[in-house]
Amino acid sequence: MAVVVLGIGNILLTDEGVGVRAIEALEQDYVLPAGVNVIDGGTCAMEMLEQLENLDALIVVDCVRHGQPPGTPVLLKGEDVPVFFKTKLSPHQVGLCDVLASLRFTERAPKHTAIIGIQPESLALGMDLTPTVAARLPELLAMTVAELRSLGFDVRRRS
Amino acid sequence: MSKRVTIDPITRIEGHLRVDVEVDGGKVKKAWASGQMWRGVENILIGRDPRDAWAITQRICGVCTTVHAFASVRAVENALQLEIPVNAQYIRNMIMLAHAIHDHIVHFYHLSALDWVDVVSALKADPKKAASLAQSLSNWNNNSEAEFKKVQEKLKGFVGTGQLGIFTNGYWGHPAMKLSPEVNLLATVHYLQALEVQRYANKIVAILGSKSPHIQNVAVGGVANPLSVDSQSVLTVERLLAVKEWIDKLDDFIKNVYLIDVAAIGAFYADWTRYGRGITDYLSVPDIPLDGKGTQFALPGGYIEGGKLESHKPIVTFGDKYFVDGVSEAIKHSWYDYAGGNDVSLHPYKGETKPNYTDFQDNGKYSWLKSPTFYGKPMQVGPLSRVLNMLAAGHEPTKKYATAALDLVSSLAGTKVGLDAMHSTIGRHAARAVGCAVQSDELKNQWNLLLANMGKGDLKTYNKPTFPKGEQMGVGFHEAPRGVLSHWVVIDSGKIKNYQCVVPTTWNAAPRNEKDQSGAYEACLLDNPVADPEKPLEVLRTVHSFDPCLACAVHVVDQENNPVVTVKAA
Repeated sequence: MAVVVLGIGNILLTDEGVGVRAIEALEQDYVLPAGVNVIDGGTCAMEMLEQLENLDALIVVDCVRHGQPPGTPVLLKGEDVPVFFKTKLSPHQVGLCDVLASLRFTERAPKHTAIIGIQPESLALGMDLTPTVAARLPELLAMTVAELRSLGFDVRRRS
Repeated sequence: MSKRVTIDPITRIEGHLRVDVEVDGGKVKKAWASGQMWRGVENILIGRDPRDAWAITQRICGVCTTVHAFASVRAVENALQLEIPVNAQYIRNMIMLAHAIHDHIVHFYHLSALDWVDVVSALKADPKKAASLAQSLSNWNNNSEAEFKKVQEKLKGFVGTGQLGIFTNGYWGHPAMKLSPEVNLLATVHYLQALEVQRYANKIVAILGSKSPHIQNVAVGGVANPLSVDSQSVLTVERLLAVKEWIDKLDDFIKNVYLIDVAAIGAFYADWTRYGRGITDYLSVPDIPLDGKGTQFALPGGYIEGGKLESHKPIVTFGDKYFVDGVSEAIKHSWYDYAGGNDVSLHPYKGETKPNYTDFQDNGKYSWLKSPTFYGKPMQVGPLSRVLNMLAAGHEPTKKYATAALDLVSSLAGTKVGLDAMHSTIGRHAARAVGCAVQSDELKNQWNLLLANMGKGDLKTYNKPTFPKGEQMGVGFHEAPRGVLSHWVVIDSGKIKNYQCVVPTTWNAAPRNEKDQSGAYEACLLDNPVADPEKPLEVLRTVHSFDPCLACAVHVVDQENNPVVTVKAA
């Protein structure tokens, strides 16, 4: 089974970088079994194409505006995922959605996709998360770990 | 009567660019290019360790990660007058070249070809005819009728279910689309093959850079790749042999598909050699250093005035005074304030990054980009500038591929197309392909140089930097895929005191400068045709020919279904 946990976002813009910060913490705090590949995608796109091919599952961790108070996490699966990718709020046009569209066209798209997101408080310039979002980072990690466990992986906290 | 058209944002690019044009009589009479995001990375860097700057600057943008990393270490090395081992140059050079090749292939096939290629029209093509046309142009071994049929079937399925996916945002059936169904199918087949081939460029970057998408091997003083002729854990000869295999696959595609396709599509759009001339003052910098200090380069650079190759003035070394003294940035029409007032232009060492947002003012401030100039003049940078400067410097491989491309266009168009046609929207695409062929040759050359040097027993890749007390200044320049990139650093006793990045898209997409002179995008858009102001495809063609990269990359996702792209015609 091949699974990727992909953290995306720009770490120069405070909460925009939460996806990257989350996967950094994931690798630091947990022992991940073989078959789980963690990728710091930053704001890249086509560069990741090959690493995202023919996956059994893709778990994307990102900052998502879903209309809830800042710091509220959200899990998107099933029918919500296409909505996530259809709405490119992003000025970053050549983004992940285009990579996934390319993968669909070449019949190498992930079998399952889940988005684990958190409502940002600030996208101002800076390399640290806002305290509001930083405080909820453990929840984001727990959701990611739960998702991996639901796929049958044995994920353990480092002692 | 003139009509104002606002395209916000321009799609299929990196970052957020707004373009406004006034259209009268089917032509653009006035243009504004506006960067819509603030890139304030400079302020994050102040006070930090100069050895960390590269890792931070590579986060500026998702497309240009490696280029900012290299410009940054070059700036610090220049400030310290630090020579690096020649192996480190070769490894950096190979990453830069592989990255550039990746960028050019993706730009042409996946980002800009859709301005010229009507994917929906490809459904009407006769695959047999399309394949035999392709075979008549090139020896590429993937131009079979079966392959063309397969792609057409796949495309039918996609269009039938309304899932155009990667092909959304195209202006299908627009009157400015001129290719026959067969050529449209040919381009679509190669679009998909390019998706397969681009991965080899990425693999090279990943192996040499230790990680992808963000490389990890960069260091002030060299690279962090231990070289070995036997050990398993480091960059071994075995791994380098795999790299060579990928280099050859890329080379085959570039020479037998990319270069040919650009010429073939260009021949059908010969009228576009008349549009998009704009600024013909061309700036490029030399790159692919062949020694530790950066005094000899494989690819020459310099300045050309008014499109005249004989006016070429070379830039010859890292830190070349002619380059360093020429660059300054104005903010009269940009959302910044300078302590010395609106009408001054500041050298990057004295650069200031203090925002002052005013809303979009046609005659006032309207962009987050500054206006860089070279000895007081706006420049065009990028592949066209690079290729023209290499031609002017007598660079033989450039001459070879430029001549081959122009000859093919001439024979397909049935009329002699000369070098002058390159100063145009379609010429920038041709120059990018010519430059890419040159880069591919040079990538092979750098691989040979590295292996030969390792064979001599030299495995050194790093010289440790030391930071003296007091102040040092340095510039790191790099001829990046989109053109001249320079990072300027002022170091005070081991800490960054000032930092400025002057990026290629800032040169090209600059707003008017302190003398109200337009940047390259704005100048190139004048007299550009616009058949239908509601569907300004022709404006996109000229803007996309520069491969815009706005280097900012916010990409928060909105769960609500907001329309993102607006074209306002008033």
